[in-house]
Amino acid sequence: MLSTISVLVENKFGVLAKVAGLFSSRGYNIKSLTVGETEDPNFSRMTIVTHGDEKIIEQVKKQLNKLIDTIKVSDLTHIDHVETELAFVRINLKGHSRSEILDLSHVFEGRAVDVGPRSLCVEIKGKPSKINAFIELVKPYGIIDVTRTGKIAIPREMNISD
Amino acid sequence: MELTGAQILVESLKKEGVDTIFGYPGGVVIPIFDVLFDEKDIKVILPRHEQGAAHMADGYARASGKVGVCLATSGPGATNTVTGIATANMDSIPMVIITGQVASSMIGNDAFQEVDMVGITRPITKHNFLVKDINELSKTVKEAFHIANTGRKGPVLIDIPVDISKGKTEFKYPEKVELRGYNPNYEGHPGQIKKAMKMLSNAKRPVIMAGGGIISSDAADDFRKFVDKCKVPVTTTLLGLGSIDPDNPLWLGMPGMHGTYQANYALTECDLILSVGARFDDRVTGKLDAFAPIAKVIHVDIDPTSISKSVGVDIPIVGDAKTIIPELTKNVKECKIDDWRSLCKKWEEEHPSKYIQSPDGDIKPQFVIEKISELTKGDCIVSTEVGQNQMWAAQYFRYKNPRSLLTSGGLGTMGYGYPAALGAQVAFPDKIVVDIAGDGSIQMNIQELATAALYNLPVKIIILNNGYLGMVRQWQELFFDRRYSSTCLLKDDECPPECKGVQGSECHKYIPDFVALAKAYGISGVRVTEVGQVESVLKEELFNGKPSVIEFVISREENVFPMVPAGKAINEIMGMA
Repeated sequence: MLSTISVLVENKFGVLAKVAGLFSSRGYNIKSLTVGETEDPNFSRMTIVTHGDEKIIEQVKKQLNKLIDTIKVSDLTHIDHVETELAFVRINLKGHSRSEILDLSHVFEGRAVDVGPRSLCVEIKGKPSKINAFIELVKPYGIIDVTRTGKIAIPREMNISD
Repeated sequence: MELTGAQILVESLKKEGVDTIFGYPGGVVIPIFDVLFDEKDIKVILPRHEQGAAHMADGYARASGKVGVCLATSGPGATNTVTGIATANMDSIPMVIITGQVASSMIGNDAFQEVDMVGITRPITKHNFLVKDINELSKTVKEAFHIANTGRKGPVLIDIPVDISKGKTEFKYPEKVELRGYNPNYEGHPGQIKKAMKMLSNAKRPVIMAGGGIISSDAADDFRKFVDKCKVPVTTTLLGLGSIDPDNPLWLGMPGMHGTYQANYALTECDLILSVGARFDDRVTGKLDAFAPIAKVIHVDIDPTSISKSVGVDIPIVGDAKTIIPELTKNVKECKIDDWRSLCKKWEEEHPSKYIQSPDGDIKPQFVIEKISELTKGDCIVSTEVGQNQMWAAQYFRYKNPRSLLTSGGLGTMGYGYPAALGAQVAFPDKIVVDIAGDGSIQMNIQELATAALYNLPVKIIILNNGYLGMVRQWQELFFDRRYSSTCLLKDDECPPECKGVQGSECHKYIPDFVALAKAYGISGVRVTEVGQVESVLKEELFNGKPSVIEFVISREENVFPMVPAGKAINEIMGMA
């Protein structure tokens, strides 16, 4: 099953490589990984989506914790949280109308961010499952490119421990 | 006052109490060696290969309990330390490895002797640093020593670009370390400890498994007191040898692939394992599904990732053995398990590990090791190479004291033993230090004979020469139809390809001649071919305070038994009467 793990790390040279290297050297999977600075520039937060059975996820969390530059590891999978992902989807315009695709995008609260004679690029935001659904839907039109951020997540206020 | 980076490094090392560096110079570390040239408080040992330097630092650390320090130049110098770093990492040995790096402005340009050392060592260090600012240098050294020598110990690498070594700044050494993400837990949870000891006292067939954590936290004395009080049978892993007196009747010997019958049967039939500072390595557990099938498991370990990694744990206790064992002792009573203890004894008596030395036959390696054990009365530091020599050394030497066995357990590094022995000898100039070697592995770092000769480090190399890479040959004999592919060290172009074993006089001459080789380095060398000479040669050589090479020409196809084939349950034992 998929797990969403939020990792607070030192914002230092080489930390991303240490985290990514941990996953590759121990054979864990990364479905997505996002990273960015927090309000304090000394820290970065990573949101990692990984999959594995309970035992593997337990090891993933322990191993992440073991890294010297890791401040805190939180597993958001089973606690109430908000999450979102951003994607750009560039769709081929050959043989169908622009408005047809724009109509579909509106249903998904997407918006056109780049329009050309041959293609249309839609920005779409939401849960990864929503983005997957949109991509499936427009596949028959011909997708030229997809860029996804991977999801970011934060626990709801009631779940924040000190 | 402003100091150069190189001076700051050396001053910082002194603040950490470093008295010895195993270091090999090269372009980008000349500034550091230049400072060391005038340094009275730090002895620099020049090995003949950077791998030697790393293993020496490891041996120094294992024997003394202090952090071992080695120093190498960028590029090939640095990569030569990699095997030594990985060896230390697998066995949780505190080490600080300092490597030079090309100038900051050149990093990433494929400069001469540039290699991404921080990248290469990321999976084989506890932590590593690239120093990017001279003002961070002293803090980095402080943190490196702290990380290496606390929690689950391990190697830490500091990569220092040459411009940092040459630059100048004010020297300030931080008073303490502040690492927000690193707070190893030392105290065990009191509730868990009470629960665990209750479980132990209710057990009918409990076994204690003692590992390297007891040695590395200097908890052997506390552990012995605990065992005296609870009177539960104890098995010690390879790295745990020396944590209990081998004369203690509760000691079952080593478990696992080459473990004793009684240790493996006790683990298989027990209803409780109390593991302290051991990590359930696959060489100990054998086939996991069949390991201790009915046992509850209490696991004391400082590293949470070790707990429930392979064997499921019922009561985890995260913390340091040194802190926790006295708490266990307070909470335990003598276990009423007479029947179980007698069963363990019965297994031992009915299925002893043994060998037969005939008075006029080939020399048996086990006999040589038993003699060394007897003659030194166990008061000696034994280091080993890897393979049959290592297992015989584990089985037949009686390790009375902690830190008396230096062996590459996790990584299984051939070529480890000799430099590690030299490192231990540097730490303890007056102790008897022997390296139990095979004729294969000794050749992997034999260049260090020069180091021994020049620094007069009186390490005794015991070469158990069977002309084979013996452990692989043993597997080929048992599992590959005696097809001795690339394991005979006497084989040359004229040998028949189908040779399946000992040819005796038809075999070619052994190369090298170890006795002549020792002499080439100015070290005494002796070859022993008769059983009758074994004791007298050992008596003469072990106590003379000089480095020497003692070669025993042993029974060529002697095997290490007992043996549990890879992937089998640990009670499926071969080579038992």
